[in-house]
Amino acid sequence: MTATLAVRRSGGGRQLAGTGTLLRFALRRDRVMTPVWIAVNALMVLSMPNTLRNLYATDAERADLLRQMAANSSLRAMVGPVFGDSLGALTAWRIGVYAGALAAVMSLLIVVRHTRDEEESGRAELVASGAVGRRASLTAALLAAAVADAVLAVLLAAGLARLGAAGAVAFALGAAATGLVFATTAAIAAQLTESARLARGIAAGVLGAAFVLRAAGDAATDDGSSVLTWLSPLGWPENVRAYAGERWWVLLLSGAAVAVQAAVAYGLAGRRDVGMSFLPTRPGPAAGRLASAGALAWRLQRGGVLGWSIGFFLAGVVYGGMTEGAADLVGDNERAREIFERMGGQSGLTDAFLASMIGVMGLVAGLFVVASVLRLYGEETSGRAEPVLAGAVGRLRWASGHLLIAFAGVVWLMLLTGLGFTAGYGGEAGPILAACLVQVPAVWVVGGLAVLLYGLLPRAAVAAWAVAGAVLLLGWIGPALDVPQTVLDLSPFGHLPKLPGGEMRWGPAGVLLGVAAVCTAAGLAGVRRRDLES
Amino acid sequence: MTKAITVSGLHKAFGRTHALDGLDLEVEAGEVHGFLGPNGAGKSTIIRVLLGLLRADSGAAHVLGRDPWADAVEVHRRIAYVPGDVTLWRNLSGGEIIDLFGRLRGGLDPKRRAELVERFELDPTKKGRTYSKGNRQKVALVAAFASDVDLLILDEPTSGLDPLMEEVFRRCVEEERERGRTVLLSSHILSEVEELCDRVSIIRKGRTVETGSLADLRHLTRTSVTAELAGPPDGLARLPGVHDLDVRGSRVRLQVDTGHLDAVLRRLSESGVRSLTSTPPTLEELFLRHYQDEVTA
Repeated sequence: MTATLAVRRSGGGRQLAGTGTLLRFALRRDRVMTPVWIAVNALMVLSMPNTLRNLYATDAERADLLRQMAANSSLRAMVGPVFGDSLGALTAWRIGVYAGALAAVMSLLIVVRHTRDEEESGRAELVASGAVGRRASLTAALLAAAVADAVLAVLLAAGLARLGAAGAVAFALGAAATGLVFATTAAIAAQLTESARLARGIAAGVLGAAFVLRAAGDAATDDGSSVLTWLSPLGWPENVRAYAGERWWVLLLSGAAVAVQAAVAYGLAGRRDVGMSFLPTRPGPAAGRLASAGALAWRLQRGGVLGWSIGFFLAGVVYGGMTEGAADLVGDNERAREIFERMGGQSGLTDAFLASMIGVMGLVAGLFVVASVLRLYGEETSGRAEPVLAGAVGRLRWASGHLLIAFAGVVWLMLLTGLGFTAGYGGEAGPILAACLVQVPAVWVVGGLAVLLYGLLPRAAVAAWAVAGAVLLLGWIGPALDVPQTVLDLSPFGHLPKLPGGEMRWGPAGVLLGVAAVCTAAGLAGVRRRDLES
Repeated sequence: MTKAITVSGLHKAFGRTHALDGLDLEVEAGEVHGFLGPNGAGKSTIIRVLLGLLRADSGAAHVLGRDPWADAVEVHRRIAYVPGDVTLWRNLSGGEIIDLFGRLRGGLDPKRRAELVERFELDPTKKGRTYSKGNRQKVALVAAFASDVDLLILDEPTSGLDPLMEEVFRRCVEEERERGRTVLLSSHILSEVEELCDRVSIIRKGRTVETGSLADLRHLTRTSVTAELAGPPDGLARLPGVHDLDVRGSRVRLQVDTGHLDAVLRRLSESGVRSLTSTPPTLEELFLRHYQDEVTA
């Protein structure tokens, strides 16, 4: 007994052997992905002071905003309470939750990518057979996330320092701490399940629950003091009160959460074998009913479609619910009205807000369509398409199964969005559904471009993500950043009629449908003609 | 139609690499045809051309009398394919995948499927991600052997199988032959090819360098002879086809081109043979000879 204990102790120092090498390796593998996440987050935050300075130029306007926020619980649910009228305080209010949430998504992706993904693929085994300690890979993954969060914090603090150093540091630490908390959440999730996809889902689910808790808490009180807010890691950064009498001790909560979660993750990791998990993998049926490539495509994508469906419907309900309040809020502000009208296209404020929010949902649907189309690429490069295509299945039939889900899925998601908006807003369903469906041609253009890339330049297929991302940024923050109209027109969404409220123009919608059809057809012709990638 | 596969003068380049460089291949209907070659010789490339997954740059290929690229779907109804490295969908069970593969071909014989699952000792309820390499291989093998098809294309199908399962595999291939099906078996396990195959093609650098029955191929190569004689031998070195002659007193070791074996034996018996061992070339030697040409070249 003492002998084994001694062995364990002497092994203790070696548990971390190789962590440095693995960390360098992880950072090298993430050399594109992580900088992009950090850059998007920093850009989003650092562009905010200018936008807000334009929006609320006078003291009177700011005082008005504070009064409105105190009265408007649905808006507080979206962005949290506001604690001061300085530009820094307004920035922390407007973007704090989202900076933290984005850091959280980045961190959880990094951690799962370097832990469960590696185990599931079997690569971890090869690594573990080297002179690598038992805790090295988990530690390296957490450190990789910590490095990313630290870089983000430095950028945010430096960028916001001109508004006041203490507030900048508080804001940056709040965002980075949220990232770290969810890095350790992901570390636990990665121990629980054998599937990296599910581990990501669990961690993202916790993040979603944290958002809902904070939203409920902030709707209930106007100073972040609700128990619900305190229960949510996403509620802590607002309670640090950057630029409004910083309460540094709140950061200790994040620190404690990180310590506890990391301890749990290490504890679980130490009690399991490489590649195994705590949630048992349920056995499947001994015989199957899948009989076609189309049925297989649906089986592979149905979980994803379900997740997106829930998200789109809930987002519709939430945005719909805050429509009245938002219209009231921007009603008095000339500049804000201008931005919404630029996004939404009309002078009726409620309609403009609805149109701009539905437009945002259309932009997000672009991400769905790219993810769904690129399943083809994943199937092909993983070698799983090969045995299917070696069966009596033509290339077109194989591809069309996935594409049908992608393109019909867009219509389905926009319909659900419309139903959500109707439920939340309580208005007439017809115009809102029409406004949602009018997004479809533009989303299909994004999908068509993805098919085109996949069919003709399969090795560049992931560039479809860049297309969807660029379109998303242009449509979401382009109008607020005074991007020239000619650049906004590059996005297919720039050509859509602004519904509800605006006039339906069939011409542009028809042209977009044509572009989407031509791109898809050209891509499919490429799929038929080219060699299969291996 | 007696040819299951005919390939002539097939070329396929990936950028500057010529994976196939005028390859010829003929597989008779109903035979088990072995397909040998060192790594990178182009075995998997030709198989992927035969499956219509790659398009050849030039040359002609016919599978079951059809063009594998243009008539891919028709051809595939009558083909079962097992790759050397099977990847499965992580969240589908082995049983689901077997049935899917069967339905994507000409259909599946449920009795044979059940029997094969038993013989290969496969648990079909496990999810794709939990199978080991050998078990993933078994999923594809069960699906292939239970499918109602005319031609099986097996690309190093036994990688990862244990010796017992390899034995099951060999028996399954024998059964396929008895049922009149054609098998193209690419393999590195020479004993497997030697035991199972009616004819063999050896390819190297994208060309077929040797093709024929094992007996034919042996005829082209050398037999090793070791003999203990009554007296010192005479004139062996002058005989045509003799190589690596090593005489130590009355003990003789030599290699002889198999076509000249008769003359050598007659000369040996003139000296009085006390004991004699003659070893026909193994496939391994055949293979190594072609391989070593490459190494020394």
